[in-house]
Amino acid sequence: MPKAAEKIPLKVLAPRGPALPPEQAKAVQAALDANRGLAGSLLPIMHAVQDSLGYIPEAAVPVIAQDLNISRADVHGMLTFYHYFRRHPGGRHIVYVCRSEACQARGARALEEDAKKILGVDFHETTADGMFTLEPVYCLGNCASGPSVMIDKDLHGRVDAERFQALLVETLESPP
Amino acid sequence: MSSTLFISCDATALALGAERVVRAIGAEAARTGSDVRIVRNGSRGMFWLEPLVEVVTPAGRIGYGPVEPRDVPGLFAAGFLNGGAHALRLGLVEEIPYFKNQERLTFARVGRTDPLSLLDYRANDGLRGLTRALEMAPEDIVKIVTDSGLRGRGGAAFPAGIKWKTALGAASNQKYIVCNADEGDSGTFSDRMVMEGDPFVLIEGMIIAGLAVGATQGYIYLRCEYPHAHRALQTALAAAYANNILGLDVLGSGKRFDLEVRLGAGAYICGEETSLLDSLEGKRGQVRAKPPLPAISGLFGQPTIINNVITLASVPIILERGAEYYRDFGMGRSRGTLPLQLAGNVKHGGLIEKAFGLTLRELLYDYGGGSASGRPIRAVQVGGPLGAYLPESQFDTPIDYEAFAAIKGMLGHGGIVAFDDTVDMAQQARFAMEFCAIESCGKCTPCRIGSTRGVEVIDRIIADHSRAMNEALLRDLCDTMVNGSLCALGGLTPYPVLSALEHFSEDFAKEPALPLSAVGGG
Repeated sequence: MPKAAEKIPLKVLAPRGPALPPEQAKAVQAALDANRGLAGSLLPIMHAVQDSLGYIPEAAVPVIAQDLNISRADVHGMLTFYHYFRRHPGGRHIVYVCRSEACQARGARALEEDAKKILGVDFHETTADGMFTLEPVYCLGNCASGPSVMIDKDLHGRVDAERFQALLVETLESPP
Repeated sequence: MSSTLFISCDATALALGAERVVRAIGAEAARTGSDVRIVRNGSRGMFWLEPLVEVVTPAGRIGYGPVEPRDVPGLFAAGFLNGGAHALRLGLVEEIPYFKNQERLTFARVGRTDPLSLLDYRANDGLRGLTRALEMAPEDIVKIVTDSGLRGRGGAAFPAGIKWKTALGAASNQKYIVCNADEGDSGTFSDRMVMEGDPFVLIEGMIIAGLAVGATQGYIYLRCEYPHAHRALQTALAAAYANNILGLDVLGSGKRFDLEVRLGAGAYICGEETSLLDSLEGKRGQVRAKPPLPAISGLFGQPTIINNVITLASVPIILERGAEYYRDFGMGRSRGTLPLQLAGNVKHGGLIEKAFGLTLRELLYDYGGGSASGRPIRAVQVGGPLGAYLPESQFDTPIDYEAFAAIKGMLGHGGIVAFDDTVDMAQQARFAMEFCAIESCGKCTPCRIGSTRGVEVIDRIIADHSRAMNEALLRDLCDTMVNGSLCALGGLTPYPVLSALEHFSEDFAKEPALPLSAVGGG
C-alpha cells in the first residue's frame, strides 16, 4: 500500500492560479478530510467534491494535488479521463439519455434526437434557463425496459418523446 | 388481519413506477382501513409484469401486474389482499412458466426475500456457505471452487478456481479481493439485480474468497450509473458490520475481512480488470499490460482476486451444496448456470437463470415471446457491445462458451439484445466503432485511433464512396485491431462490425441517404 506521508513533499506543487472561493474551498477541504488515509483516495475525493459542488473546479486541482502529494497532472488526468466528472457547472438537473444498443433496439436513436430538440441543446450542453444539462450515458442497466433515461438519480423506462417531456415537467414541479 | 405484500425496489421496477404503486396502495389501505405490510423485495426478473404486486396467501404468493396506480382501488375492491379475481391477477408467481422453468442457484433468493433483512437472509440458507468455509483449509475452499467448474461470469470465462489458486500461492502480507461491479455491457443487468435484490450473497462470496486466498480487504468497484445498487450495498455492508459478518471477527471465527464500495465514474473501460485496478488506485483507468497477472501483482502491486459480481455471488451456494451439485448443471466445459438477460426488442424481457445448454431460439421465443414490436427478430447481439451480431440462421446455437466461440461470437456476461427488422446493421456497425472511440482508454494505438478511422471508413461505405475498396480497408483495420490491441475493447470491437458485414451485407449496399460531403468523405 503506498504511504503518501513517507514521500518528500515537492515545493513545485504549491497551488498556483486563482484561489478557490471560500465556500468551494470548504467543500474541497471537507472532501479531502473525509477520505484521509484511504488507499486510492483520489476517486472518492473527486466524487465528494462533485457531489457537493456539482462539478470539480479547475482551482480545486492544485489543492487536491498538494494535499495528496501528487502532481497536478495526475489530478487533471483523472478529471479529464472519466466521463462522469464535470469540469464546469451543469444545470440544476442532469438528464442522462441512454445511447446503448439495448435502448437503440427500442427507439433510443429517435429519443436522442427528440431530447435534443425538446431541450434545445446538444449533448454536454445546458439549457438557457440553467435547469437541465443533457448527457449521453452508455447503459443504465434497464435494458429490458428501454429506452431509458435517468434524471439526477431517478431512473425511467420506456421513455418516448411525450414521456420525456412529461418527466421534465415533473422534475421542474418536484420540490428541490 | 394484516396482509403482507411484496413490491420490488429493483431499479427497473422503480423505473416503471413501483414507488407510485406503493404510495397508491398505502393511501387506499388507509382509506379502507386495511392493515397492509409492504415488503420491498428484489425483482423476480419478469420485467414486463413490473410493477408486480405479490400478495401473501395461505396458498402462496399471488401476483398482480403490471399494476398502475389507477388500478389500485379496483384491486382493493376485488379483494386482492385475499387473492381475489382481477384482470391483472397472474396466479401463483412461482408457477408462472417463465419463472418456474428456471434453475435459480445464484438468484435463489432474489425476488423472494427482503434484500436488506439479515434475518430473511439467514432464514433462506444465507451464510451456510461461509459457515462451511470457516471450517475448511484455504486449499480445500479453492479445490471446491475449482471442482465446481465455475468460470468467470464477467465475460472472459476464465476458470475461477485457477485464478484463486494462483493468488493463494502468491506470498504476501496483504492480498485483496476485488469485485468487478462495473457492469457496463449494454443488455446486461444481472449484477445490478443481485446487488439490489440479494446484496448479502455478494458479501458472503467475497468473504469466502478472502478466506480462500488469505485476503483481509475487499473492494466492490461499482459503476456510478447504479445509484440504487449503491444504496443497497451501503445498507447491507453496515448491517454486515453490525452483525459481525464483516470486520475483525467474522462470525466469531477470529478471522478478519473488511469490505468497501468504491464508485466508478462513467468509464466503460474500467470493466476491464487491469484498468479497474488502476482506477481503484486513484488513477486514470488505463489498461495494464499482462503479465503480471493481477492474481500475482494486482491492486497496489499485491496479489488480487478480481472477479465479477455473479462469479462471487455463485460461490456461497457452491460451498453450501458442494462442487458436484453445481457442476451437474450445464454442458461441456460450461458448468453450472448462467443468469441470462433478455433485453432490447423482446416482449418478455428479463432475467433467466438456466443451466448452460438451451438455445438462443428457445430464449428469444419460448421465454422472450418474440419481439416487443411484433415484427420479426432480425439480429441478436449477445455478450454486450463487443459481441457479434447473429442472424436468424444462428439462433440454434446453444448457450455454451465454446459453441459461441465457434461461431465467432461470445457469451460474455450473458446479455442478449434483440433487434427487429427495422434495424440498420450498417449503423449498428458504425456505432460499435463510435462506442470504442468514446470509451477507449487511449493506451494502445489500434484501439484509440483505429476506432475513429473505423467510423470514417464505415461512413464512406454507407455513402457509397469506393465501397469495395473501403470494405477491404475496413477488414484490414479490423484485423489490426483484433491482433494489435492491448485488451478486449479494441480487440473485440471488430466482432460486431465484421459480423454485421458478414451476415447483413445488404445494409451496407443501400442507396446512400446522405451525400458524401455530409460525412466528410474524400
